[in-house]
Amino acid sequence: MAAIVETVGLTREFTVRDGVRRRRVTAVDGLTVRIEPGAAVGYIGANGAGKSTTIKMLTGILVPTRGTVTTCELNPVKDRRKLARQVGVVFGQRSQLWWDLPVRESFRILAAVHGLSVATERTRTDELVDRLEIGEFLGTPVRQLSLGQRMRAEVAAALLHAPRLVILDEPTIGLDVLSKQRLREFLLAERRAHGTTLLLTTHDMGDVERLCDRVLVIDRGRLAYEGDLAGLGRAAGAERVLVVDLAEPSADLTGIPAARHLASEAHGLRQRLAFDAETTTAARVLAAVADRAEVLDLTVEEPDIEDVVRRIYAARR
Amino acid sequence: MAEALSARVRPYRAVLAARARSQASYRANFVLDLVSSLLSALVELAEVWVLFHAVTRLGGLEFGQILLVFGLADLAFSLADLVFGHCDNLPTYLRAGTLDVFYLRPQPLLLQLITSDITLKRLSRAAVGVVALGAGLAVNHVAWNARDVALLVTALASGCATSAAMFVLAAGLQFFLIEGYELTNAFVYGGRYAATQPASVWGRPLKVVFGYFFPMAFTGFLPTLRLLDLPTSPWLPTWLGWCGPLAALWAWVLAMACWRWGVRHYRGGGG
Repeated sequence: MAAIVETVGLTREFTVRDGVRRRRVTAVDGLTVRIEPGAAVGYIGANGAGKSTTIKMLTGILVPTRGTVTTCELNPVKDRRKLARQVGVVFGQRSQLWWDLPVRESFRILAAVHGLSVATERTRTDELVDRLEIGEFLGTPVRQLSLGQRMRAEVAAALLHAPRLVILDEPTIGLDVLSKQRLREFLLAERRAHGTTLLLTTHDMGDVERLCDRVLVIDRGRLAYEGDLAGLGRAAGAERVLVVDLAEPSADLTGIPAARHLASEAHGLRQRLAFDAETTTAARVLAAVADRAEVLDLTVEEPDIEDVVRRIYAARR
Repeated sequence: MAEALSARVRPYRAVLAARARSQASYRANFVLDLVSSLLSALVELAEVWVLFHAVTRLGGLEFGQILLVFGLADLAFSLADLVFGHCDNLPTYLRAGTLDVFYLRPQPLLLQLITSDITLKRLSRAAVGVVALGAGLAVNHVAWNARDVALLVTALASGCATSAAMFVLAAGLQFFLIEGYELTNAFVYGGRYAATQPASVWGRPLKVVFGYFFPMAFTGFLPTLRLLDLPTSPWLPTWLGWCGPLAALWAWVLAMACWRWGVRHYRGGGG
């Protein structure tokens, strides 16, 4: 089957004016990736790594400086209007709804924009309203919505024309835990029901873990990692952290096999131990700790995405 | 055929209808907008009137004749402003990144920008233009014949098109200029002001700028000369009064070139 996104040596340079001098900055540098239809891909990297520039080239907003890009078997710049019917984009930071109109009205306009028939418009709107639980604020002007409500409305707006490829740029930024969870569940269901391809940029490891089966890490415009999430952890050598609350103040828990003592708080009542999930398990570390002190409570912290990305970056430099 | 056309127009109609509804739905606000727009038009008309307290002729034209120039040019500009005026918002769209949203919809970018809004409050401004034009026609005792009607309709239609082109031209330049609206206002609103004056009083550079480059003299002054059979003015002969459509064509060539250039710059080449 043909790829839904394919780039070969995709490069984008910008001219930046630096006082009087002009400087060429390479935002995306020789990016070669292939995304199969139906995949769910996390596209991660630090701010300014080139994520937004890539998305703009995939959707035909920006013209590549060099290299080629094919999205939905189309040339995004030449066939922008045809492509717009097959791609839906959600920008976490910018709205495509009409801020002074009720949500319902925005949907009606977008249905007209995409030329949906009356029947399609009704079934699709009903489906999205139901699954994203939008019903209660369908008649509310967009500007009066909470952030969580607005994001749900934005997602529905971008998916109204049932696009084959959905690109989400920081979709969960600023959302509370419950709203994030709902949104992720919806995206999973949408993918199951329609075989939609998902490409999302995010700072949230939870998004990647729950939604994505493949990860691309971009560093200064170059592809730094490509593969599954477990492999990303391995490549980064990211450690998990076991936090234990002890019954009595204790000396630092150093010398536990395959674990490293990070810090102690409150005279050693709470201690933090880092371990590598590849060489040991949380249970083994816990058992070793329990041999030396009475454990009252514990939590395991996952590596956060920033940390993983930082490690990958550090390993490349 | 009609069905295909209706399907093509549907996206634009949906946006415009919603915009118009939302503007009119805040009744008090809308009335205030109408009044403020009316006042600004009246002030400009009063300016002409005050001027004629000091002089009886300006650039070889009497007050009644200037009224006709004002009416034609201002009505054409107001109608263009009604439909195209919000192209001025492009810098806001650029800064907020909302222009990218237009790229994600299956319509041409410029058509989306034009139909993204409609400024209904300009209706009151257009009303002043209609009254001035009516008064101008009445006091000048135009001997109505088919030729005069054709001239009037041509002048109004091409005047609207020329004024509209100024908004698109300005929008095209906004892609390059940061905070560039002061420069573009100079020829958009400066052009409107110039258009309501007798071009015969302009110096040669101004005649080149607003007579030909931004062809605003074709929206009021030149058709008036032709309609009233007034003597030719240097550099702006009376027979040009029929050439409004050519001026509009030139203005749109200029506007589209600027727009294309701007979009090309925004997307970074190609396109």
